[in-house]
Amino acid sequence: MTPRLLPCGPTSVIAEVDTPGAALHLAEWLRAAQIEGVVELVPAARTVLVQCARQRDLTEVVRALAAYSPSESARGPGPLISIPMVYAGVDLAEVADATSMTVEEVIERHSAVTYVGAFTGFTPGFTYLTGLDPALHLPRRATPRARVPAGSLAMGADLTGIYPTCSPGGWHLLGHTDVVLWDPERDQPALIAPGSRVRFVPVDDA
Amino acid sequence: MLEILSPGPLCTVQDRGRPGWGHLGVGSSGAADRPSYALANRLVGNEVGAAALEATFGGLIVRLRTAMLIAFTGAECAIAVTDGPDIGYQHPVAVPAGATVTLSSPRNGLRSYLAVRGGFDVPRVMDSRSTDLLSGLGPRPLARGDVLAIGEDPGTGVPTESAPTRRHPDGPILLWPGPRRDWFAEVAARELVTADYTVQTTSNRIGVRLDGPPLRRVVEHELPSEGIVEGAVQVPGDGRPLVFLADHPVTGGYPVIAVVDAGDIARVAQARPGETLRFRWHSPSRARE
Repeated sequence: MTPRLLPCGPTSVIAEVDTPGAALHLAEWLRAAQIEGVVELVPAARTVLVQCARQRDLTEVVRALAAYSPSESARGPGPLISIPMVYAGVDLAEVADATSMTVEEVIERHSAVTYVGAFTGFTPGFTYLTGLDPALHLPRRATPRARVPAGSLAMGADLTGIYPTCSPGGWHLLGHTDVVLWDPERDQPALIAPGSRVRFVPVDDA
Repeated sequence: MLEILSPGPLCTVQDRGRPGWGHLGVGSSGAADRPSYALANRLVGNEVGAAALEATFGGLIVRLRTAMLIAFTGAECAIAVTDGPDIGYQHPVAVPAGATVTLSSPRNGLRSYLAVRGGFDVPRVMDSRSTDLLSGLGPRPLARGDVLAIGEDPGTGVPTESAPTRRHPDGPILLWPGPRRDWFAEVAARELVTADYTVQTTSNRIGVRLDGPPLRRVVEHELPSEGIVEGAVQVPGDGRPLVFLADHPVTGGYPVIAVVDAGDIARVAQARPGETLRFRWHSPSRARE
């Protein structure tokens, strides 16, 4: 399927596909294509924003997109990151209730998956992870929390992720980790980026 | 060294920002009125990208602890100097150590830029010295008592000329169709370019919120978050548009009806609360100006 192209001013375009996975694939394909003059490549839930320096760079991007093939592998799988996780979140019992599982089953199902980072948003370094067990899909909390501590593991709808910094949040809190998710001083500021593969390893104490 | 005696309502360090990190959730940030910022640097002979101060609605008072060459651009304010020479607008001036420079409220416009030769030497975060008010990256907004180091002299010739006053075009602000233009009724697209939109006081470096006729949607379902560019005209649930500026979020979940032409973003960034903005659609049939 060729992505639908949505106008976004004279130097940008939004390419729309059907799923977060397809958007990530397209973003990685575009990054690998190394088209000159591309300033930003931002994958999102169903789209990739491509921002160029000049109008003629955008022409090149549009030309490249016409040749895009979603079946073609963009690159090998991203790095596998194992994150020790203390599954002791304040919403565990509620989640267990809402999904008719025991707390142990919730932890088992959540930690059984290798997740894939799809896109970032909301706050620097907050990467939405896809692959959540459908049995764990729950709507967001009715009332968001004003303050969720850094390192909190949470999930909402079909996504999960770790809050890299202290921020408001409306997801269900499952656990926490001491691993530093976001450090602007590092060469790679975000531990989990789009394309990263992530596993959570249950531990008693981070 | 330059000491902040008063930052005024809001004063931040700004440069060209940190483009290229959008995929990690980091916005580009940088000076809100890019041409005025670039002009200030040029006037003192700085390299492109040197950090300057962005003063919002004047009120900035600084004391020079060392002699330096400085220039003001952007929103034009009366500039009062004690223990130093008069300072013209958009003109490089050598100011001796010990002088105090006070910026009044601007006569028009909102954001003024102060460049010093050598640039302000604050630590870089992800290749930029810009304060991003949304993500909190970069130095915090300046406060009374802050002392800023000045970078090395760029070694270029010292410019002596003043810049011609930059005249903003007076016409309506140029809009390109946005990614979700077709989520709106034709009447909304027309409304946007015929009605007056008033800048609200809740506007900031993230975006300019506008009050005017609400823009009605024809597609009502929720929009999965998608990328946002500077100048994007987003329409939240209440139908009143907002124009995103330098510190805009990287993604957003409300439809973007239009995108302000890059050449007109500075005008939006200089619009004061209470001021009226008018827009026009780019017409593909017309030759590019």
